[in-house]
Amino acid sequence: MALLEIEDLHASVDGHEILKGVNLTLNAGEVHSIMGPNGSGKSTLAQVLARRETYAVTQGRVLYDGKDLLGMKPEEAACEGLFLAFQYPVEIPGIGNAYFLRTAMNAIRKYRGEDELDAMDFLPVFRERLKLLEMDDALMNRSVNEGFSGGEKKRNEILQMAMLEPKLAILDETDSGLDIDALRIVAHGVNAMRSRERAFLVITHYQRLLDFIVPDFVHVLVEGKIVRSGGPELALELEEKGYGWTEAQAQPA
Amino acid sequence: MSGAIEAEMRRETMATVAKPMDNYLEAYGELRALERREPEWMRNLRDEAWELFREKGFPTTHDEDWRFTSVAALARTPFRRAASHAAVTAKQIEAHRLDGSACRLVFVNGRFAPGISDARSLPAGLEICSLARALDCGMEGCAPTGIEQQLGGYADVHRDVFVALNTALWEDGAYLRIRRGAAIKQPVHLLYVTASGDEARMIHPRTLVIVEDASQVAVVEDYVSLGEGAAMCNSVTELVAGQDAAVSHYLVERENLASFNLSTLRVELGRGARLASHSMLLGGGLVRNNVHPVLAGEGAECLVNGLFVGEGRQHLDNYMLVEHAKPQGSSRQFYNGILDEQAHGVFHGRIVVHPDAQKTDAKQTNRNLLLSDEARIDTKPQLEIHADDVKCTHGATIGQIEEEALFYLRSRGLDEVAARNLLLYAFAAECLERMHEAPARAFAEALIRKRLLEMARRAHPAARLADQDEKAQNWEEVG
Ligand SMILES: Nc1ncnc2c1ncn2[C@@H]1O[C@H](COP(=O)(O)OP(=O)(O)OP(=O)(O)O)[C@@H](O)[C@H]1O
Ligand SMILES: [Mg+2]
Repeated sequence: MALLEIEDLHASVDGHEILKGVNLTLNAGEVHSIMGPNGSGKSTLAQVLARRETYAVTQGRVLYDGKDLLGMKPEEAACEGLFLAFQYPVEIPGIGNAYFLRTAMNAIRKYRGEDELDAMDFLPVFRERLKLLEMDDALMNRSVNEGFSGGEKKRNEILQMAMLEPKLAILDETDSGLDIDALRIVAHGVNAMRSRERAFLVITHYQRLLDFIVPDFVHVLVEGKIVRSGGPELALELEEKGYGWTEAQAQPA
Repeated sequence: MSGAIEAEMRRETMATVAKPMDNYLEAYGELRALERREPEWMRNLRDEAWELFREKGFPTTHDEDWRFTSVAALARTPFRRAASHAAVTAKQIEAHRLDGSACRLVFVNGRFAPGISDARSLPAGLEICSLARALDCGMEGCAPTGIEQQLGGYADVHRDVFVALNTALWEDGAYLRIRRGAAIKQPVHLLYVTASGDEARMIHPRTLVIVEDASQVAVVEDYVSLGEGAAMCNSVTELVAGQDAAVSHYLVERENLASFNLSTLRVELGRGARLASHSMLLGGGLVRNNVHPVLAGEGAECLVNGLFVGEGRQHLDNYMLVEHAKPQGSSRQFYNGILDEQAHGVFHGRIVVHPDAQKTDAKQTNRNLLLSDEARIDTKPQLEIHADDVKCTHGATIGQIEEEALFYLRSRGLDEVAARNLLLYAFAAECLERMHEAPARAFAEALIRKRLLEMARRAHPAARLADQDEKAQNWEEVG
């Protein structure tokens, strides 16, 4: 059984249809990449999957781990192991990073009927993951993302992912705003988590991320539809020819 | 409508207005009949205050200081003095204890309740007793010298009829004196309990705190209800801080929703004295919180910190008046409001810089979260600056819980109630961070957590999310 099965997904915002029939299947263990021009609906797809209620699903269905994903609330999807690394991580003044992470982990554990983590259980894992992502401890006592640089925010998303250990991770342009060193660190963090049980949906504009996180499949989303799918070589082709090439193919003329 | 009926109705309204005013006269008469052994100057103060109240009556919304708060419902209610001691047991107030306090004085319906108070082992340098006792001329060693300059010497009966009413009708309250140089490490807990009965009760607690030069203390005034009945609690606290004294004052309002709570904190700060005033309005139906520090000595400092949390039809009015009278003073006002349902909040922040007060540095910030379309905040800065070399700033914001932040937290597994609660708590916690006495802060934190959790639980998620789209303007500068 596939981990994620998207069938004919249509979604709109404020009455504008943005996703116009997306079909996509991911199996556990796979890494898929979605590429596409600005405004083509990549983030919309990610947010719909993470169950943001401001996006209205007008048609289609999504099975996640055999369950109806579209019937879930954001917190249910999260507790079922879905994780979204935001394109624009949100600043939450007044809530400490470490405290927030532990609260999130405990919410998920509670949902799964597991015992709460106390600080003693939490800290060693936390320290290890911080090290993996080469993040400064001092950031962790600050409020969530508040005053973080763009790169720090993206790394913080990956840190959260590493702590929450999702089954399906959607990374929405985690590479944008990162310099090459930070990119390498983030990619290393992601690769360390690749496993047979886990799948990734990596949204990006750039081949350079895919040099580090090599995908099994690449899809091109244009105007709310997947117009092409292929192997990693498709990303290279896109880099060379641009989206115009796929868009031209998408138009039946 | 016929003229006769109209006249009849007018008589009706007049009757309902006239009758409640009689209840104050009655209370005043009862008090006089008690023939308390008060010094003559106190009796004169009361008489003068009574005349002022009788002449002026209650304010209306035409009065600039009461523009956003109508006390018509209060004026209509025939509150009475509680006739006798209500039997309140130690067990009933156990839930209201402040862990780690130096001592606790409990007042039930405005009268000292020694049986449930705890002032057995007092730290050196702290004198505390009931104010009525301090003024009882028949008691040995009481009526401390100088008290007549202090009691009634600062709270102005001419400015505010509620202060006049309190001065005329107070029966008891706390009297504290911190001896020169003494540092009282643990907070003093003053618990004012209104035990409601069949009829609407009124109490007028009066507190006097003398903090001598270079001494230090934290006082927690805590207002609670026992029972759900209507009551008016109209308190006045005068706090006099000597040279280089450091005082923290906490006001905790957590009475029932049928309560009218009016409080006035009047602080006189000597040279180099520091005040931190923290107000937490968590309960009460109609609340008016007056905080009035006067920086009367050079280089005095004050922090005026507050949080008000309202829902239902609560009306929470904060009237700040910070007066800079001498040079080099600094004041900081920070008030945060959280209002849900039809709650109405008011923040009126007055800063007066007198001609002498050069090099004044005054700042005021009021931030508000409105959680429903019907919640309302009136925020009004009022700067009156009569000196030329001063720094004065103010700002106010009104916002909602951001859908984006809520979604971010939920996408990490927190359910909507928990996410909402965490965001509200983070907003409220800004006020907690300014509190430096650990026991008082822990006490405040527990009360705030409890209050916000109740609110988060009661929120109607579906309706709320629909609201969000329309109100996407979020943090809007209004001042
Ligand atoms: N809240 C909204 N209201 C109106 N239109 C929106 C809203 N959110 C997104 N859109 C529109 O939907 C379209 C798709 O946006 P989306 O963010 O999904 O694109 P994207 O593929 O992620 O683009 P990028 O590569 O720039 O991140 C865009 O035209 C955008 O303007
Ligand atoms: Mg995007």
